[in-house]
Amino acid sequence: MDWFYSFPKMNDETLRNLKKAMDEGFKAFTRSYGDVIESFFQPLQYFLIQAEKFMTSTPWPIMVLLIAGIAWIASRNWKIVAGTVITLLLIGYFDMWSDAMKTIAMIFVGTVVSIVVGIPIGIVMARSDTFQRVVNPILDVMQTMPSFVYLIPVVMLLGIGKVPGLIAVVIYAIPPMIRLTNLGIRLVDKDVLEAADAFGSSSWQRLKNVQIPLALPTIMAGINQTIMMALAMVVIASMIGVQGLGQPVLRSVNGQFFSLGLFNGLAIVGIAIIFDRVSQAYGMRLQKHQEVVHG
Amino acid sequence: MADRSVQGAGIQIKNLYKIFGQKPANYVDAVKKGMTKTELNEKYNHVLGLRDINIDMPAGCIQVVMGLSGSGKSTLIRHINRLIDPTAGEVIIDKSDVCKMNQNDLREFRRHKTAMVFQKFALLPHRTVLDNTVYGLEIQGLSRAKQEEQARRWIERVGLKGFEDNYPNQLSGGMQQRVGLARALTNDAPILLMDEAFSALDPLIRMDMQSVLLDLQKEIKKTVVFITHDLDEALRLGDRIAILRDGEVVQQGTGQDIVLKPADEYISSFVKEVNRGRVIMVDTISTKGDGAGNAGGVTVKTGTILEEAAKTMTDANQQHATVVDESGKPLGVISMNNLIQAMVTPISHLTHQAAE
Repeated sequence: MDWFYSFPKMNDETLRNLKKAMDEGFKAFTRSYGDVIESFFQPLQYFLIQAEKFMTSTPWPIMVLLIAGIAWIASRNWKIVAGTVITLLLIGYFDMWSDAMKTIAMIFVGTVVSIVVGIPIGIVMARSDTFQRVVNPILDVMQTMPSFVYLIPVVMLLGIGKVPGLIAVVIYAIPPMIRLTNLGIRLVDKDVLEAADAFGSSSWQRLKNVQIPLALPTIMAGINQTIMMALAMVVIASMIGVQGLGQPVLRSVNGQFFSLGLFNGLAIVGIAIIFDRVSQAYGMRLQKHQEVVHG
Repeated sequence: MADRSVQGAGIQIKNLYKIFGQKPANYVDAVKKGMTKTELNEKYNHVLGLRDINIDMPAGCIQVVMGLSGSGKSTLIRHINRLIDPTAGEVIIDKSDVCKMNQNDLREFRRHKTAMVFQKFALLPHRTVLDNTVYGLEIQGLSRAKQEEQARRWIERVGLKGFEDNYPNQLSGGMQQRVGLARALTNDAPILLMDEAFSALDPLIRMDMQSVLLDLQKEIKKTVVFITHDLDEALRLGDRIAILRDGEVVQQGTGQDIVLKPADEYISSFVKEVNRGRVIMVDTISTKGDGAGNAGGVTVKTGTILEEAAKTMTDANQQHATVVDESGKPLGVISMNNLIQAMVTPISHLTHQAAE
C-alpha cells in the first residue's frame, strides 16, 4: 500500500538526468546563439539608451515642462496637468529625479514595444479563430508564469542589463494589449462592417476605416493596462540590473530601510497615476463623438 | 456621372436558391425536387432561406420586396450585391452574373454599381455627417475635393444642410437615415438597395422619408430595390411588388394587381387592411362611353388614384367625371357611386377570391 500514501514519482536518477539534459541543452543553445540573439536586440538597446539619455540629461525644468505639455495635449485638463507637475516636483524634491526619469524611459520604451508588437498580433487574432486558439494559451502562460522564472532564460541568453529587463517588462505587459485589441475588433458592430463591405471596402480599408477606429476605446484601455503592468514590473526588473526606482526598493527590502522603500514606492505610484490619468483622458478625448448625444 | 442619361440597370434574379447550414450544396437537388422547408430543417438540420426566386427588376423602377420577418427578404436583397453567397442560381446585372464574380470584380461591382441603405443606418459613429457621406467615394479613391462636392450636394438634397459637421449620435433617427440615404446617393451607383430602410423610423418620419425617396426617384431614376414588411409602404413606393413568404415568391405585380387580385388567402389577409383609394386607379373602374352628357366637364387623368379622383369630383361638386389620357382624349367615365364602391373593401372579398 506504499503507492497509496506516497505519490508514485519518477525515478530520482531519471529526473536528475532530465533536468541536467535540459539545462545543458539550453546552455549549449545560449553559447551558440547568444550572440546572434543579442545582436538581434541591438536596436532595442540603442533605443532604450537614447531614451534614457534624453530623459536624464535634459535639465529638469525643461523635462517638467515637456511632460506637463504632453499631459495638456493629451488630456486638455488643467487638473491633470497640475497633478502631474506637483507629482514630478515632489519626486525631484525627495531626491528621486534621476531614478524616476530612468524608470519613465523604461516604461516608455516598454510600452512602445508592446504597442508595436501587440496591436498587429491582436489584429491577426481577431481575423483568425485558429490563431486565437494558439495565442490565447500562450498569453495565459505569460500572465501567470512567475516572472522570475522567465527571467532565468532571458538572463542566461542576454546577461544582466537593460535589454533583458525590457524583455521581461514586455512579456509581462503585452498580454492586455493583444487581448484587448483582439476583443475590440471582434466587438465591432456587424451592421457597420456589412455597410463597409456593401460599399466595396478592401480588407485594409475595412480595418483602417471601421475596425480600428471603432475598436479604439478598447485598444486604448489595453494601452492603459499595458502601462500599468509595465510599471508593476519595475521592481522585479531591477533584480536583473534595470536602473530606476526599482533598485532603491530592492535595496530597502534587503537592508530593511522602511522610509527608502516607502518614498520610492510612492514615486512609482505617482508616476503610475500620471500615466493612467493622462492616457485615459486621451482615450476619452478620442471618443468625443460619443459624448454628445441627440436628446 | 458619365452615364447620367442611362440611370439604373436591370436586375434579373433567376432560379435563386439559398440554403443555410454546414453543407448546403448537398441538398439543393432535393429542394429543387420539392423537399419542404420543414423536412429540410427536421431531417438534415439545414434552413431553407430562398427557394426558386425569379424576379425581373426593370431598370429605373422601384421594385419592392415585401414579406414578414423570416420570409427571406433581407437574405434576398443581400444576394444582389452578394453580401450573401447563393447556393444556386443567378443574379444578372449588366449581362454579368454577380454570383460568378471573383473577389476583385465583386469589389469593383459594389463600388460602382450598387449602393445600400440599411435598417439600422450603419453609419460610422466616429465620422461626421460629411465624412460618412463621402465614404463610398473615398473607397473608390476619388480626390477629396470631388468627394466633398458630391457629398455636399446630396446632403443638401436630403435636407441636412448645416449638419455636415455633426456626429451621427447627435442626430435623430430620421436624420441619421437621411445621412444613410445621402451616403448611398453620393456613390452615384445605378442600383440602390434599401433594406427596410425606413422600418426603424416612427410613422410620420417614415412617410416623410418615403416622400423624399419618391421625389428623388423622379430625378435620379435608379433601379431601387426596397425591402419592407409594411404593405402600405410597399404600395406607396413600389412600381412593382414581389411578396415573399417562407423564402418563396407568392405573388408579383403592380400594387393594383396585388390589391385587386391577391394570389392567395395569405395575401388577401394583408390586402384587407389596405387603403384601396390610394392604390386603385380610375382606369380600373371606368366604363366605356364618352360620358359627355353627365360628366359635367370634370376630367381626371389616366393613372389617377381613386382618392384623388374623389377629391377632384367633390371639389367640383360632380357625380361623374371623364377619364382622359395624357393628350386629353376621353377614355371612359367614372361615377362617384362606382368610386366609393371600389374604395370600400368588399366584404365578400375573401370568399369571392376563394371562389375564383
